[in-house]
Amino acid sequence: MFDALTEKLGSALSKLTRRGALTEADVTAAMREVRVALLEADVALPVVKDFIAKVTEKAVGESVIKSVTPGQMVVKIVHDELVTMLGGDPNSQEMPTLGGAGIDLAAPVPVGVLMVGLQGSGKTTTTAKIAKRLQEKERKRVLLVSLDTYRPAAQEQLAILGRQVNVVTLPIVAGEKPEAIARRGLDEARKGGFDVVIYDTAGRLTIDDAMMGEVETVRDIVKPHETLLVTDAMIGQDAVVTAKSFNEKIGITGIVLTRVDGDARGGAALSMRAVTGRPIKLIGVGEKVDALDTFDANRIAGRILGMGDIVSLVEKAAANIDHEKAEKLAARMQEGKFDLNDMLSQLQQIQRMGDMKGLLGLIPGIGAAVKQIDQSKLDPKAFKRQEAIIQSMTPKERRVPDLIKASRKQRIALGSGVTVADVNKLLKQHQQMESVMKRMKKMGGLGALLGGGGMPGMGGMPKMPGGMPGRGGFPFGKR
Amino acid sequence: MSNWFSRLVTGLSKTSNKLVTGITDILTKRKLDDAVLTELEDLLLTADLGTETAGKLTQSLAKTRFGKEVTDEEVREAFAVDIARVLEPVARPLSIDPTARPFVILMVGVNGAGKTTTIGKLAKMIAAEGRSLSLVAGDTFRAAAVEQLRVWGARVNVPVIAGAENADSAGLAFDALMQAKKRGDDVLLIDTAGRLQNKDQLMLELQKVGRVLKKVDPDAPHAVLLVLDATVGQNAHAQVEAFKAMVGVTGLVMTKLDGTAKGGVVVALAEKFGLPLHFIGVGEGVDDLRPFTARSFARSLMGLSPEG
Ligand SMILES: Nc1nc2c(ncn2[C@@H]2O[C@H](COP(=O)(O)OP(=O)(O)O)[C@@H](O)[C@H]2O)c(=O)[nH]1
Ligand SMILES: Nc1nc2c(ncn2[C@@H]2O[C@H](COP(=O)(O)OP(=O)(O)O)[C@@H](O)[C@H]2O)c(=O)[nH]1
Ligand SMILES: [Mg+2]
Ligand SMILES: [Mg+2]
Repeated sequence: MFDALTEKLGSALSKLTRRGALTEADVTAAMREVRVALLEADVALPVVKDFIAKVTEKAVGESVIKSVTPGQMVVKIVHDELVTMLGGDPNSQEMPTLGGAGIDLAAPVPVGVLMVGLQGSGKTTTTAKIAKRLQEKERKRVLLVSLDTYRPAAQEQLAILGRQVNVVTLPIVAGEKPEAIARRGLDEARKGGFDVVIYDTAGRLTIDDAMMGEVETVRDIVKPHETLLVTDAMIGQDAVVTAKSFNEKIGITGIVLTRVDGDARGGAALSMRAVTGRPIKLIGVGEKVDALDTFDANRIAGRILGMGDIVSLVEKAAANIDHEKAEKLAARMQEGKFDLNDMLSQLQQIQRMGDMKGLLGLIPGIGAAVKQIDQSKLDPKAFKRQEAIIQSMTPKERRVPDLIKASRKQRIALGSGVTVADVNKLLKQHQQMESVMKRMKKMGGLGALLGGGGMPGMGGMPKMPGGMPGRGGFPFGKR
Repeated sequence: MSNWFSRLVTGLSKTSNKLVTGITDILTKRKLDDAVLTELEDLLLTADLGTETAGKLTQSLAKTRFGKEVTDEEVREAFAVDIARVLEPVARPLSIDPTARPFVILMVGVNGAGKTTTIGKLAKMIAAEGRSLSLVAGDTFRAAAVEQLRVWGARVNVPVIAGAENADSAGLAFDALMQAKKRGDDVLLIDTAGRLQNKDQLMLELQKVGRVLKKVDPDAPHAVLLVLDATVGQNAHAQVEAFKAMVGVTGLVMTKLDGTAKGGVVVALAEKFGLPLHFIGVGEGVDDLRPFTARSFARSLMGLSPEG
């Protein structure tokens, strides 16, 4: 969902990284772009302002001067601030380990969970998803109770979902009011020895006083241990209004963001977390009952920035890179040029960086590309083989690959100890990379993406055999 | 003032209260300078107009009033006029061609946007015009979606055509259109399952519904209405784009305008796509569907009395 934001921030920040020393004006200019990017990602304006202020303050100053390059430092500050605002620990390498699908169950049984939110946000579906998790993974006995007497067939919907996930639902009594259903649900949960009881409620608008009053009453009856606000990831600026009102009126303990499987930029995650101070506990990633994930601030922030664990990536890269070559390669790639010499120098850089798989894993957004890379290409021997093939070519062939016809292929294959098919494969691979370069150049995006500071762009470079062309753009060259 | 109208006014003015206070705050006896303009732009941004549209509107205001002493009222009026101008061309009613029998309306959109509810409301409206119609329970995926439409059908006294559980929705649409044609119905309203526009497989399935309908009537579906939730932010652009490309959206409906969300993204959508915005949803009740009017919407958005 954050992919688009990733691109925006990537380009804003790579412009920054291309410059040498950081001035306040530099930061301000970059932050203007960050601001637009965040707004287009539907982060609420007050939250955007707050974010920009914090990052600017941190970026202009001592810490920047000490860093390897100023741009990298700002990238890191933006990243860390995002993680922090999303409620994570930027230095943590661990996945969050909240028990029971992120639901806090440390309370006397039956533990009450109250689901609230706007109409159509995904409450009922999420209710079933959570129940399934708790029952299957935590081995809890769960009771589902629908208090939605408004939306036609809402109670039936929960009953059907309950059957689908093998979780008991409170029998429907026609005409019964929500408050009465809540009491009956609690009663049944106690009598039936249930560990957890999840109350699904009707969607409501925060300005609907009667409906807000109703859920307050329900809250007072069932005394939930968790009250989860369910919001969809496509929500715009209203995210802050809605989250704030629900929190003030009902008191929420956490947020569930649904439809994260969509392509919304999902700035709401940032907005709602910021105005409520409540954690985003879970994300919905599909319509099916098992499409529920734990929220991971580091992962999401990394995705926002398109650079994964920037710190360790930078460290690894810095230790291994051949600066001069990298600079040259970056410059050529910016012009949309990419011949076999460039491919060779890239292959060499990659090998010098060592653990390919580990490095690739650090780069979110490249996931799709990684899937397309067949394992052999991640094999160091494969890199060596490819290197040998190119080295068996004449300088002219490397510059003008089109020259390489059948007889030349034969010679190159012989020279490098591979088959003609291998040569063909390499040429094909080069062609693909070249066409990506050209496309990116046309989009005007290559400069922005790779710039002097290739990292932010790596997530945006799909289908790169070997996966790491952006590395050539690392900003380690001359100032 | 009729009931629905007062509902719309209350709904929209509640949503614009913050906007109004904001503008009032920043413009009391102030010269319209860059700082003020930035703050005005911010207010438009908080209504989901988006950076581009908000920027344009602010610039246009700056052109005529920059450096002048302006009251908040003037600024609101000016913005409302500009916004209404953008919306005017898209404020077009849904016209049902009586020669198409039936006139097929396909309701599409992301999950939970309000498709089924809008069908219920629309069915009542169409039936009240004396047209014969039936509803098709094309959401064969979501639990109890068929049942939900059945309840709506009963509520507005319109027959509902449904298939077996998990039936192929394209096949169902085909059968329903054959039936409706045979009966000589005026209108056929087809509900579909919600789907996110980036799910290729689901979008292809929707396209298939359209294709299958054409086998019965080459002109069907005569209208494809994309339902947008007023809370939606900038993702609305992607939604319109994808649904338009896949099933040829002919018009928009925006629901849930009775809440705090302002739905300002429609201003940007109007500029970009020019698709008619036929209706707005202002509640969960059967009568809470209204034709969209540019001026009232724009004025309400700016916290002005819609008719003033
Ligand atoms: N793609 C996707 N759809 C979802 C997700 N969560 C819920 N939905 C769908 O959103 C629609 C509304 O969900 P529902 O649970 O009925 O919302 P409620 O009105 O808040 O109870 C249904 O079509 C669900 O299948 C999600 O994480 N991803
Ligand atoms: N407040 C309000 N709620 C609405 C409106 N339109 C639909 N809804 C509610 O939004 C939820 C989802 O609507 P539904 O028609 O099931 O959405 P679908 O998944 O697109 O078919 C339901 O709870 C509806 O009652 C509206 O205009 N205002
Ligand atoms: Mg529900
Ligand atoms: Mg529906």
